[in-house]
Amino acid sequence: MKTPVRFSAWMFWVGMAFLYLPMLSLIIYSFNESRLVTVWAGWSTKWYGELFRDEGLMSAVWRSLEVAFWSANAAVLLGVMASVALTRFGNFRGRSMLHSLVAAPLVMPDVIIGLSLLLLFVSMTDVIGWPQQRGLLTIWVAHATFCTAYATVVISSRLKELDRSYLEAAMDLGATPLKAFIQVTLPIIMPALVSAWLLSFTLSLDDVVIASFVSGPGATTLPIEVFSSVRLGVSPKINALATIIILIVSLVTLAVWWLSRRKLQREKLAK
Amino acid sequence: MNKLFERFKPGSEHGKKWVIALPTLWLVLFFALPFLIVLKIAFAEAEIAIPPYSALLSMADQAFDLHVYFGNFIFLTEDDLYLAAYLNSLKMAAISTFFCLLIGYPMAYYIARAKQTTQSILLLLILLPSWTSFLIRIYAWIGILKSNGVLNNVLLWTGVINEPLAILNTNVAVYIGIVYAYLPFMVLPLYANLVKHDHSFIEASQDLGARRLQSFWHITFPLSRNGIVAGSMLVFIPVVGEYVIPELLGGTNSIVIGKVLWQEFFNNRDWPLASSLALIMLLLLMVPIHFFRKHQEKEWEGNQ
Repeated sequence: MKTPVRFSAWMFWVGMAFLYLPMLSLIIYSFNESRLVTVWAGWSTKWYGELFRDEGLMSAVWRSLEVAFWSANAAVLLGVMASVALTRFGNFRGRSMLHSLVAAPLVMPDVIIGLSLLLLFVSMTDVIGWPQQRGLLTIWVAHATFCTAYATVVISSRLKELDRSYLEAAMDLGATPLKAFIQVTLPIIMPALVSAWLLSFTLSLDDVVIASFVSGPGATTLPIEVFSSVRLGVSPKINALATIIILIVSLVTLAVWWLSRRKLQREKLAK
Repeated sequence: MNKLFERFKPGSEHGKKWVIALPTLWLVLFFALPFLIVLKIAFAEAEIAIPPYSALLSMADQAFDLHVYFGNFIFLTEDDLYLAAYLNSLKMAAISTFFCLLIGYPMAYYIARAKQTTQSILLLLILLPSWTSFLIRIYAWIGILKSNGVLNNVLLWTGVINEPLAILNTNVAVYIGIVYAYLPFMVLPLYANLVKHDHSFIEASQDLGARRLQSFWHITFPLSRNGIVAGSMLVFIPVVGEYVIPELLGGTNSIVIGKVLWQEFFNNRDWPLASSLALIMLLLLMVPIHFFRKHQEKEWEGNQ
């Protein structure tokens, strides 16, 4: 009788296996002694040592983290503004344009974004002399731009469901709109800001195509390094790197989930 | 002085204007304007110079010289490679979208029907892989699909096959990679749609004697149309321009437009030809992007 649910349960767990087994295989083979990734030659952590001794890769990690940090900051800032404009300001001139500008980067293929931005930077150098050189700054501009679109989706969906009566109460008590926003709205939407920031951070950390177009000499980010090494074939060092990334992402996710659950439980107790 | 202060007082009409203007200007400058430059360079000629293309406008003999070059587009129609690449990309995107829907729909349905407390955990499980590196997850498939890879070893060991299957560097590998990477983008909008459904419709139909599958096809499925459109667009549009997955998992004969564009740009340094390829891709995607935008606008407008 319960066909759809039972079938969907089955499909769900098959889908889960499909999503997680490749990651599991990455982790297992990162501890493989042999250079040949698919031949098992006993447990070893030597690839982790090799990874940390690879200076090119390690400095790319720091460059990428730096770019991702500043891209996420810019994206959340611009995303908050765009979200407030789209959900709070009613119908203003240019609203439909802002809609398009925020929706289109979500689906635009990376090669188009990368190529078009590079051509923009080259033309700008021609006309106004900035940017003098392509590098981390141009990657930051590119990442901040497409991350803004994602940040806006996350933040505006939270702003939309927000109860406006708090805000109105604050303004009745004499707060300016800005003060009311900072003291009332901002604390409530903070979890959305955090998830928008984290999403932007991971998106920036993950981008290889756009960065390849807009980067310049000496400004290789981690994905660019990984991509060029992966193209040459499988390397256990990359498996070690993957394992560390998976570990960090899982821990952060677990922490965020645990914190939000605890907050929820406290709120329940308070009621 | 006081008046001046009043003008810039945050929260005034002026403050409001800034909140609109700043993100709009940023996105116009760094997202919309670049497309005009692509349009310009698509009509330029490739030159061995820095930057490697001819100027559209030049000043000579006290006259503006407008040099519009159609050669790139003529060249694109003359070589069958480009048409084949476009068609192959569209086909690949359509087939992968179908498979994402096939796997993603039941997954989203299962999450939407789970207990409220479990829903957030299940969603987290769907999203978690996409927060780790996309590049590294595609790389994982190289190790799995290789002729001496994990999959072949398992199949040989269990006796399902006698000889290793050649999957890596074929279109099958590209499909697997795309479905794997884009599945979460299908599941999320479908879940967001399915979770809002009013269960009383289903109950009513079952009271009237409909079988489970019947009420699914006649009620749940049509009601989830918006979720299907959103998920499909989120997969289809970016996959048309996908570069990394065909490059890493596909063979030399899986020619897609993202790869061709990349090669024209980086290997042949023909920026104008790459721009014309991008321009045509953009024109092809105009209709689906418009669909997506309309849908997104409804989402933003909804329950306000």
